Order: sequence, then structure tokens, then C-alpha cells
Amino acid sequence: MTLLQLEDLSVTYSTDEGPVPAVRGVTLTLDAGTTLGVAGESGCGKSTLASTILRLTPASATVTGRVFLEGEDVLGMSFGRLRAVRWGQASIIFQGALHSLNPVQRIGKQIAEPILLHDKTASPRNVDSRVAHLLDQVGLPRRLAQAYPHQVSGGQKQRVMIAMAMGCGPRLIIADEPTTALDVMVQAQVLDLLKGIVKDIGLGLMIISHDLSVLGTACDRVAVMYAGRVVEQGPARQVFEDPVHPYTRALSGAFPTIGDPAARYAPRGLAGDPPFPGDLPSGCPFHPRCSDSIDACSTVDVGLRPAGHWRTAACVLVPEAER
Amino acid sequence: MSQSPNATADPDAPHPEARPIIEVSGLKVTFRSREGKQARAVDGVDLAVGRGEIIALAGESGCGKTTLARTILGLERPVEGTVSYDGSPLDRSSRGLRAYRRKVQLVLQDPTGSLNPRHTVYDSVAEGLRVHKIAGNEEILVAAALSRAGLRPPERYFLRYPHELSGGQRQRVVIAGALALEPDVIVADEPVSSLDASVRGEILALLLKLRDELGLTVLVVTHDLGLAWNIADRLAIMYLGRIVEIGPTEDVLRDPQHPYTRALLSVVPEVEQLDPIVLTGETPDPTRIPSGCRFNPRCPALQSGEAVTVADRCRTEAVDLIATTPGHHAACFLTNLTRAPS
Amino acid sequence: MSADVEVPVEASRTPKQLARLRRRRSRARYWSEFRRHRSGIIGLLILGFFVAIALVAPLIYPENPADPSAIINAEGESMAPPTAGYPLGTTQTGQSVLTLLVWGARVSLFVGLLATIISMTLGSLIGIGSGHYGNWFGAALERLTDWFLVIPFLPLAIVLATVAREIDWLGDSLITIVVVIGITSWPGTARLVRAQTMSVKARPYLERARVLGGGNWHQMTRHILPNVAPLILANTTLTVAIAILSETTLSFLGLGPQNRVSWGSMLDDAFGTGAISLGAWWYLIPPGLCVVLVVLAFTLIGRALEGVLSPQMRER
Repeated sequence: MTLLQLEDLSVTYSTDEGPVPAVRGVTLTLDAGTTLGVAGESGCGKSTLASTILRLTPASATVTGRVFLEGEDVLGMSFGRLRAVRWGQASIIFQGALHSLNPVQRIGKQIAEPILLHDKTASPRNVDSRVAHLLDQVGLPRRLAQAYPHQVSGGQKQRVMIAMAMGCGPRLIIADEPTTALDVMVQAQVLDLLKGIVKDIGLGLMIISHDLSVLGTACDRVAVMYAGRVVEQGPARQVFEDPVHPYTRALSGAFPTIGDPAARYAPRGLAGDPPFPGDLPSGCPFHPRCSDSIDACSTVDVGLRPAGHWRTAACVLVPEAER
Repeated sequence: MSQSPNATADPDAPHPEARPIIEVSGLKVTFRSREGKQARAVDGVDLAVGRGEIIALAGESGCGKTTLARTILGLERPVEGTVSYDGSPLDRSSRGLRAYRRKVQLVLQDPTGSLNPRHTVYDSVAEGLRVHKIAGNEEILVAAALSRAGLRPPERYFLRYPHELSGGQRQRVVIAGALALEPDVIVADEPVSSLDASVRGEILALLLKLRDELGLTVLVVTHDLGLAWNIADRLAIMYLGRIVEIGPTEDVLRDPQHPYTRALLSVVPEVEQLDPIVLTGETPDPTRIPSGCRFNPRCPALQSGEAVTVADRCRTEAVDLIATTPGHHAACFLTNLTRAPS
Repeated sequence: MSADVEVPVEASRTPKQLARLRRRRSRARYWSEFRRHRSGIIGLLILGFFVAIALVAPLIYPENPADPSAIINAEGESMAPPTAGYPLGTTQTGQSVLTLLVWGARVSLFVGLLATIISMTLGSLIGIGSGHYGNWFGAALERLTDWFLVIPFLPLAIVLATVAREIDWLGDSLITIVVVIGITSWPGTARLVRAQTMSVKARPYLERARVLGGGNWHQMTRHILPNVAPLILANTTLTVAIAILSETTLSFLGLGPQNRVSWGSMLDDAFGTGAISLGAWWYLIPPGLCVVLVVLAFTLIGRALEGVLSPQMRER
């Protein structure tokens, strides 16, 4: 069942220097019980994408296209319905979640807050058992409900954020850079937890990260974004190990396979920086940094083309209409 | 201890520069935490860094790698042990430290924070030259340093401010600032972790180039084993203040001997075909170091019964680095058993 | 390699010349930014007006109204309301209130500015010192700051002013009051500067300066001071306002120099000679109004300065 469907979604911010297109025509789908990874670096629009799904972009931003959550049009729904959907049907774990906890409130109270807001049957008395159950689900001891944020570690805080996101039983969870500030071992624990939740409860999970290797192992499918567009999509492992688009190749090369002699003393990277969304190069936005670019790249910006089994890539070098 | 291999030679071949450029012996550094508890950040480390080698210090947070690097730089004071440069122990007087700073320089993690936003690139690179009152035409020296760091033509960058540059360029400016003093050693603390992933390769390639062309010794502190695979000759894995495994990068990462290294490698997404061993518990706390082998509460070998023959020693005896193959050492009692006595 | 940043080629100029050019350009930028704050411009105009009056005073009214000869030779009626000859009426001695007002501007502004210089210098030095040195020295400076902060300003100023007048070489002069205000108002600045110093010290480029071999002096002058200076500047204008108010207060209490007229002493005299019961509004309102206007001017300038400088204070 298609849980989330984005159709030609575009988001443009209006700033003092003019309109800045952060997201330009993104089409994605996510099914229940699966994990979709969105990979990209600064300025690619992935965080904007996440905010748009729940209409959290600022009022001055122009949003076009469609967002369907379990068949309902999110961009068109009434505000009352939207409030019910936010957290009740879909929730977000924001980037920098470790700093999102209120330092002067106990953890249990913070987890309970959205539950109390959404569920009319919940009251401060019976919410404690629900909080305890959530802590169990994320593998934290129940007594942590009485603790303050500064008393727990980074990995535990991340789990608390996951518990909070699960509080109202959503069907979709969006996690924005959930493992970035964590040690590799704690990262593995958190990813395991997320995978377990997806399997046990059957919700849909979208993980946004710049770490293509993490997405390659933790997700079913991955979409790579660059300058507001999806430039490659496909089964996660394949996209990571056998990338088609030159940018994905560069991104994947930044996470060398340990044990691969070809990566020894051969760090791979790109010159320059990801482009600022308000100042995109002509044609394909990646062409100034692309080692494979040809003349056509500076004038033509191609859309996604089929590039294998269940895969697409937006590169002029991928032959059109390949089976 | 271990020999100091250079970039391409066989680790067993005789090396012309036998004396290590930096030698750390029995180093211990402790901090007082806010609650008054003692944190043994570095708890007995021996390390010899050879000239022209790139060595990576890896581990998770709290393992002491940053503290070790800072102590080598003279920014922290050890409570025990010595740091020696080129055979002589560090002179901690202010004049001694200043002279030392010309030989051993630092590149920090966050290039944006490392540069004073009010100083131009020229000023930032010239800062070291001015502090040490280095003779010579300042402009030429600054231009040379910027060129070596890959910013060409250097004059173009003289009057830029840090916020006008990209992340990779900023890090190059920081490196140029370190190079201006013509040091022998550069200590790089997470040199690429704040940079966008696709840009990291440039900076790593630069470090390799500096070693190959200038003979610079590089000590990289990182949590990223992939980085070590990319550029390091030798790799030292740290846990709770001690080195638990050290050796040529290929050996340590392809044939890890210590259970902690094995666990780390198994969860790193870039490694294929290892069953993930996800350790239980949190990253450990340097104020509460377990007795015996400090890894024993979380050791998968103990938990699985693989180490049953040495389990008692694990819980009671502290373990030193034990040689497995030449140059490759691991601090684990199991190592002695599974290998022929060295 | 990464040459995607456009740099205009400026040939054949040394880095020093180019640096000077850049600084000139950035000053012009600050000014145009400041101009956008209307309130700041208004403040500047008001202040300019008063400064002009203060400078021009001895040309228009050559005699210092506090001189005994001026008092004796005063021709006006005592406490007379404004007339053509005396636009702001007369005082109890028959002198023109306008004359006193204009001369008073000199004292108020002079004391305010000089006391501020002392206060800012002391405050900045102590603030940077206590923020930079983490050892006993820094702690001692911090305790000193706290101690002075806790003592209420007015009683301390009164005590100091009274005592200072007994000291031979200080005596009953402008310098006395300048010194008194200067040494009682530095702690606020010191606290502010200390906080900013500590925040700058935590930044990585300070550590880099240390690693490059820079000692305390280098760190303080090349890194801490430039980053603390904008804060000090914005704070200075507000301090001047406070200094002028303090001078007015002390003069009103009769602790200012007796041989000079200031707005505060005018208020003191007005009250002392029963201007309220006599209804002599021309004696009471003008000096008070002038103080308010000058303080307002400085406050507006200070706020506009903060607006211009604070994006720079937070890293760009």
C-alpha cells in the first residue's frame, strides 16, 4: 500500500535576494513496511523536502505539486485535519534532535506531550503506562522517564526522540540525519532499532542522510538528491555499490569499502562545493564538477531515465528508453 | 616497538630513519570532571611515529584519541609519562614549546571555526610567521604555503575572507597556515568530518601529497575507519584511554585481532561480509574504568564463550599490547593463544 | 584547483595597500548600514547640535556664568519669566538661564565623555583580563568586578566624591567628578567584556593561535580585542549616557565642582531657591530637558550601532 506519494513537488523560498528553489520537481513513493533513504549534501533540498511533507515550510515559501499521505492530499487539507495528521499519522525526527529536548523537563513528560495533545482519551494519569511501553519499544529502561536530558547519553537521547516520534502511532516516520552525531557503534544500535520498528509495526520510514553507506545498508530503496532534484533512484545496496550517476559515484566514493585495494591511498573527491540553490549552473547543475561532462551538459538538464531494474538516473550519458 | 614503514616500502625492510620522530612513553592524562570525578582520558599509551608516515588514531568518543593528540602537541599536560620529539623529551617551558610549535602543527576539525572571520586569508596564514618572527619576505612565504596547500594562484586568495570560501578551501587555508611554519609533523583532528562528503577526498589527497612531496609526517585522529583505509600507513585503535590494537592498516582492517576492532569493523557500513556484532551498552565512561582488561564488560568474545580459557585473566589482569605478526599488536589475551609465541 | 570563487584581479598592489583599501571599503559599508537606522541618524543630529552649542558657548557668551564677577554683575531681575532679552528667563541671581544652559552643556558633555573613557578603558582591560586568564589572576579580577558591581552606585559615588574633594590635588574640580564617575561605572562594562572574551576564547581559532605559538599577548591583541571591540563600542555610547546622568545626579546633590555650571547644578540651584513654589518653570524644565535629549541621543546611536555591528559580532 502506497503510504506516501510525492508528485512533482517543488518548494521555492522567497528571500531578500530573490526566489530560491530548494526543491525542483521531486517525485517519490514510499510503501508501508519499507524504508526509503534520501541522500544528499548541503543545499540539495532534502531537509526542505522533509518539512514539506507535513507542511512545515514557512508561509512565504511557494509549494507546488502534490503530497499524498495514505491517499489524502496533505497540501490541500484543512488546518484542523493537518493538525491531526501531524504526529498522529506522520512524524518527523529533526536534524540535531539531540538538542531538541527541553533541558528543564523530565523525559517522560516530553514523550507524553504529543500523546496528550492528540489523544482525547489520554490523561496525565494513564499516559505513564503508554510512555513506559514506548521506552520498552526503543530499548530504554523505564526509569529514564524520570531523568532529565542532560543525564542521558547521545545515543539514548536519539532513542528518546524516536520514542517521541512513535508516541501517537504514526504510519510514517521521517528521520532527518538520525545518526550523524553518533559514534559508529551507537549508530548501528539506532539503525537496528529503526529497522526493527519498521518490521514489527509495519510503518514506513524515510531516512535522510548525507552518509550514503548508512543508507545503503539500512534502507530498501534510496533516492539521491542534488540541487533540489532527484538524480538517481533505485535499490539501496545497488545504488551504493554500483552507482550510475556521476554524482552518486562521487558520493559513494567518499565512503570507501574497507578492504578494497583500489581505495588504498586513493581518496576520491570532487572539487568545489555543492551549488547554492539560488545560483544554479545552467543545464545540468552538476556539470561544473562532473568528470564525465560533455558539451550538452551545460545546456540540457535531463530528467530521470530508466537505468536498470527498478532504477532511474538523471544523466545524459544514460541512454534513453533502456529496458 | 613497531618499525616505521614509509608509503610504499615493505614494512619489514630496513628503514634508513630508524629513530621515530615522535615517541610517547607510558603517557597518562587525567581530567577532573564537573562532579569532581577523575577521568583517565589517556591511561598508559606507548606510541612511536616514524618520519614520513601517516598514522591514524581511531576510536569512538571517550577513547582518548583527541586527548592523546593534544598532549603530543603540548596543549595538555600529562600526569605521567613522556612525549619525545626527535629523541628528546618535550621542553615545557614557554620558549621550548614555542620552538616545538614550529615543528609540530595542528589542523582542527572545523575549518570555519578555526579561522578568525575578521582576518583575511593572508593574515591567517601569516599569523604563524609573525608569531615566530620568521625571517624572509612574508608575502613570498605566504604565497608558497597557499600554493602547497593547493590554492593557486595564491595571490587571488590573499584578501579573501573565510566566509567567502568553500569548506574545502577553508580547510586548505588552515593547512596552509600550518605549512607556513614548515613543520615536520601535522596533527589533524578529524580534518574532514565537517566537510561535505563529496569534498573530503580533496583534502585527504592533499595530505597524501604533502607526505609524498614534503616528507611530512601526519597523525590523523578520526572515528572514520574508511578514512584510515584511504590514507593511513598504520592504524591504532583506542579504547578507554589505551591503544588496543596497532599495526599496518591493511593488517588491522583485514585481519583484526582485538574483539573491539572486530566489532567496530562489523558495524561499519562500508565493510562487506562481516556479521554485525553490535555491542551492548553505551560508549564507556572514562571516569569508571573496569578492572582487568577494560573491554571485558562488553567483550563479545567473553560473552560468546570464545575466550573462556582466559576469562579469569580478562577480568583481573590489565593487558598490554602483544605482538601477532611483525608490526601488528593487539592487547588481548586471546592473541597469545591463537598465534604462535612471537 | 578550486577556483570557483570570482576574484577581481588587482595587479601591482602590495597586500598592505590592498588591506587598507578593503578596510576603507568596509568602513564605507558600516556607514551606509548605519544610515539605514533612522533613529541613529536622529540621535547623531541631536548630539551634533549639543556638541556644537558646547563648542560655541564661549564665543556667544564669553563670561563663565559661575565666575563671581558674572554673578555680581548680573543685570536681570531675579527669577523673572522669559522675555525678549532673556529668552529663557533668569535665575535667582538675575543671570540668563540660557547662558547657564549653554555653558552647562560643556560641563555635562565633557564630564560624560571623559568619565566614559576612563570607565571603558578600565572595564575593557579588566574584562579581557578576567576573561582570558583562567588562573588566580583572572579569578581575582572577577571577584573585584563582582565586588564593585554589588556596591550600589549612588552611595559609593557620594562617599568617593566627598572624600575626593578633601584630597589636595583633586580638590573641588571637574577632574574629581570625572574620576569618581569613571571608577564607579566600569564594572558593568567589565562584566560584558568578560562574557564576550570567554565566548571568543572558546572558539577554535583561539586554540589555533595557541598552537601556532602565540602567547597571551598575541591572543589578546590579535584575536580577542578585535572581536570584543564592536561590543565595547556599542556599549560605550550607552555608558556615556549613564555618565552624563550620573554627573547630573551628583551635581544635583551638590557634589559637583562649585566653580562650574552644569545642568545638574542648575537643577540643584533651582530647587534650592524654591523655583517650584515660585512656579519658575523656565529654570527647571530646560536643564532637565537637555539631559533627557542628550541621553536619548546617545541611546539611539548606541542601539543603531548595535544593529549594525551585531551581525558582525556573531560570526558571519
